[in-house]
Amino acid sequence: MGNIKFSVEFSGGLQDLFGQKKIPIPSDKNEDQIQLPKLLPGESLKLKHVIDGLAAKLKGRNAKLKLFVQGDKGFYEVTPGILVLINDSDWELEGEYEYEIQSGDQVLFVSTLHGG
Amino acid sequence: MTATSVIELLRQQIESCEAQLRDLRQQLAEAEHDQQQEQTHDRLRHATDPHGDPLGHDMNFGIHDDFRSEVFAALSHVEADKPSAPRWPLDKSEYKRYGRQLIMPEIGLQGQLRLKNASVLIVGVGGLGCPAAAYLVGAGVGILGLIDGDTVEESNLHRQILHSTGRVGMTKVDSARIALNSLNPNVKLVAHTSHLTPESAIRILQLYDIILDCTDTPASRYLISDTCVLLGKPLVSASALRTEGQLMVLNNPPLRAGDSRGGPCYRCVFPKPPPPESVVTCGDGGILGPVVGVMGILQALEAIKLLTRNAQPPLTSEPMLAQPSDPPSLLIFSAYANPMFRSIRLRTRKPKCAACSAQASVTAKALESGSLDYVQFCGTVNPVDALSPSERISVDNYAKLRLAINPFTGMEPSKESHILVDVREKVQYDLCSLEGSINIPFSMVSHTSSHPYNEGNGRQQGAEEQTWVSSLRAYPDKPIVVICRRGNDSQITVRKMKELGLDNGGQRWIGDIKGGLKAWGQTVDRDFPDY
Ligand SMILES: [Zn+2]
Repeated sequence: MGNIKFSVEFSGGLQDLFGQKKIPIPSDKNEDQIQLPKLLPGESLKLKHVIDGLAAKLKGRNAKLKLFVQGDKGFYEVTPGILVLINDSDWELEGEYEYEIQSGDQVLFVSTLHGG
Repeated sequence: MTATSVIELLRQQIESCEAQLRDLRQQLAEAEHDQQQEQTHDRLRHATDPHGDPLGHDMNFGIHDDFRSEVFAALSHVEADKPSAPRWPLDKSEYKRYGRQLIMPEIGLQGQLRLKNASVLIVGVGGLGCPAAAYLVGAGVGILGLIDGDTVEESNLHRQILHSTGRVGMTKVDSARIALNSLNPNVKLVAHTSHLTPESAIRILQLYDIILDCTDTPASRYLISDTCVLLGKPLVSASALRTEGQLMVLNNPPLRAGDSRGGPCYRCVFPKPPPPESVVTCGDGGILGPVVGVMGILQALEAIKLLTRNAQPPLTSEPMLAQPSDPPSLLIFSAYANPMFRSIRLRTRKPKCAACSAQASVTAKALESGSLDYVQFCGTVNPVDALSPSERISVDNYAKLRLAINPFTGMEPSKESHILVDVREKVQYDLCSLEGSINIPFSMVSHTSSHPYNEGNGRQQGAEEQTWVSSLRAYPDKPIVVICRRGNDSQITVRKMKELGLDNGGQRWIGDIKGGLKAWGQTVDRDFPDY
């Protein structure tokens, strides 16, 4: 996956969780790097791998981690109230966790707002 | 309460009442002026009426007022029923008032008539509801309903543009009615002065063509969406916080549950409610007035677009369905991003949606019987209760520690005797703080891992985050008193400090101030700003 370049963006308050509005992957800043699995030949990078990598950045800060993912089922699920969008389209249209990341993709995590 | 504070309080109350009176007098003068003008108009109309007014000259003599108005009402009713009576489809004053939008092809005469015949409901007369209502009333919708159970507070005024300083304490619905009536007296305003409940939702929402969700909690958003699906009403939903806003037009087209061609509902997009601790209110997170204003105005715009859809081509029987609706989307507004707007394509109806699918479990019967508990469904945040009583100090006792001479030792108090840590964010700390306190923002505290030397995490953290820990470690004997805005973050901070071993295995006292600076301002130092 060495040559796949994509970006992860945050909106609706999630940017405060990660201290960033947008993280390019791979990032030139060391602290922004997210850990992605080593893929076997023929395997492709999936959205779930990216979510795991982002969740790893929040490890040790449980209250914050829960605002992004819930791990009750043994794997990380995006917390209810967060929309995941791939290239400005709801991820339900794209295969959700199993979506295969393409070079140039923009993944956007939006937390719903409630104030009014 | 001391005598002086009572006097001060009474003064403030009198001042506020007087301001309210001034405001009411002005409203009254405006209303009287409007009425007078209307009567003059009426008289002129009757005078020029070719058929004349049969009762015209008797009107001011010998006939009881009540009877007179009854006769007038009856006459005007007869006039309205006669199909050939009005010369123009709109009143002359309406041509003038709405002229600037009438000449637009998107509206035109048919669009204006649609607006005039439409009824719109605004749920929540706050930061979203105020501007939305103002533009809809300005545009000339026939009936505008307003629901809110709250009263106007001073902290609402920077964004809730229908309310005013003199009307602090008045119900939001009444305050909005006064402002909207003076903006456009032609619109019929319907007041619902209590919060929407599952039991009342169907009864109220069914009276309207379009619903605007201008509320601020997940529970009300699910309730409104479910009711809209049950009644087949399109829903314009918006929200805002800090510098961002979101807008969705839901259940559009508003087809019956199970029809996959209908627009998605709130449950399709958010099948599960967010964890309650992730829900941030404007009171805690902050809100910029124009940000929520933009979103409310966009709601009014979407409502006008829905109501006047296909107004220009000759009228078709079913206005909402004549033209395919826009694909479902979420508009994200971010005031400090570039570009500021971003539109996201949303999913269609969810095949197993609890509200709008063929398998829907949300029914009118369940709703009206009260068996759907929306508050429970969305959950509530339990008050933070992380500390034992011995780890907490009341504001009164802390005041004694700070201000009074120790009655036993006769010693002067010393602020140096302990470390006061204020964990509000820096921007809040800069607004006002207690003398001698140091600021360690809660975001920094919560960023610090409790086990800094485990795994790789400790090393990844910036040097800055560790500084606050080591600087507290440098004074191992001084008790640490933690304070925050309301007494929640302070408790979590105390826990964290102990996990980090700052209490030297119990040798040093670390605790927090119950109720935080809010309690301090209410009971100890009444001059301390409440924001
Ligand atoms: Zn639905």
